[in-house]
Amino acid sequence: MSAIVKPLIVFLGLMCLWQAAVSVFEIAPFILPGPIAVIEVAIARADTIAEHAGTTLVEILLGLAFGTLLGSASALMMAYFRQARSWLLPVLVVSQAIPVFALAPVLVLWFGYGIAPKVAMATLIIYFPVTAAFYDGLRRTEPGWIDLAQTMGASKAAILRQIRIPAALPAFASGLRVAAAVAPIGAVVGEWVGSSAGLGYYMLLMNGRVQTAAMFAALFILAIMAVAIYFAIDATLRRLVAWQPEADPATFS
Amino acid sequence: MNDANLLSASPYAPGLSVRNARLGWNGLELLSGLSFDAPARAWTCLLGESGVGKSTLLRTLAGLIEPLDGVDIWAKGATNTSNSVAYMAQQDLLLPWLTAADNVALGARLRGETPDSAKISDILERTGMTDRADARPRELSGGERQRIALARTLMENRPIVLMDEPFSALDAITRAQLQQLAFELLGARTVVMVTHDPFEALRLGSKIHVVRKGDNSGAVPFSPAGTALRDPTDPSLRGSYHAIMAALDTPKTPENQGNAAA
Repeated sequence: MSAIVKPLIVFLGLMCLWQAAVSVFEIAPFILPGPIAVIEVAIARADTIAEHAGTTLVEILLGLAFGTLLGSASALMMAYFRQARSWLLPVLVVSQAIPVFALAPVLVLWFGYGIAPKVAMATLIIYFPVTAAFYDGLRRTEPGWIDLAQTMGASKAAILRQIRIPAALPAFASGLRVAAAVAPIGAVVGEWVGSSAGLGYYMLLMNGRVQTAAMFAALFILAIMAVAIYFAIDATLRRLVAWQPEADPATFS
Repeated sequence: MNDANLLSASPYAPGLSVRNARLGWNGLELLSGLSFDAPARAWTCLLGESGVGKSTLLRTLAGLIEPLDGVDIWAKGATNTSNSVAYMAQQDLLLPWLTAADNVALGARLRGETPDSAKISDILERTGMTDRADARPRELSGGERQRIALARTLMENRPIVLMDEPFSALDAITRAQLQQLAFELLGARTVVMVTHDPFEALRLGSKIHVVRKGDNSGAVPFSPAGTALRDPTDPSLRGSYHAIMAALDTPKTPENQGNAAA
């Protein structure tokens, strides 16, 4: 219970501070609207914001799905085929070395103003953390398990499927958590560069019209969405690797 | 205990022969000139201090690594050893995401076979782990985990069992219990056990080979009097104990003589 109550208290406290600061210092609403004004706008324009949020949500989830699929496939290929390692590793590093922000205009040029370039952007931004974490996990299998499996006459594929992949799941989960946290960045950056829908687009539009409260409302919804996605994924992963002892290295033997 | 069915399941348990083994790691020679016989259906203990290459030897016997050269390992009556050995390591090597029963069935699962559930429950009963069949490894004590590892080894039903200090991480009482259990359950098999504990070797081994760093040619096996499972504190074994300790201490190569002086 306190896991929900404590952050809620912190959150409400910050809101009160924010409102107090706006009221006391009489900050102009177009510079920084108070939380009450933001909530009022959010309610008044709930339909519009929900529509844009839906677009952004689809972009984030599709990006997460594609990025996770691509990343897992790359990690598995690198772990299973020695040849694939030397081919894929540079791609992996380059995918992270080129900032997606620099790629955004090109992606929009290629894929148009629809959701495709945003999905591509989110995919690109999470490809590296997923691949790197999963590959790392696959490489660090307890050597004794592999020895044992070999004396049992297990094939390389069986060892990968039944030992190395389950053993790498905790590492994979870490990668996916990072991915869940950064995927919204990819989607929103894509929307900033060129789009006709989505929370990023709506924020830019409201910014141009000096409707700062509406901008904050969109930002607010984006943050709630990102946090919800993170916790949904985190909860799923926790159930998946429930066998792993948590934060207690002493129980490893 | 009705053990006719399980323990005679391997109709032939070959002995094991190693001739002139030269073993190493990453091209560095650890030991050479090692020859020994492990008689069929008996426990052979390989005794030596840490770092002499006992584990390397065992992994070579299991077919996991290639010997440097000149080594001739064969199971008497069989062409190679790799299909006839089961391997039990110092760590229990239980997969943490599988239940105890699923860990016992690991070999069949890995080979894509359907695990024989009747045999699993039989073996769990023999190892005294029936109640814990559905527990995950992290819920088990060290002794229980090693019991499951033993059950997993039995499930493989190989004529030769290679053990790498399987009981060294356990407390004295649990260790004694597991030694006895393993001795009873693996009775009909050829067991080669690596250990650094002379008492364990004296308790279990029909034959004891002292493995030394460097050249092992001319090493003589010890065959303590009486049938294993002995009481290692029995005064009649004192002679064997002193002989083993003397063999562990000599001869020294120039480099580890320096270590001993330091």
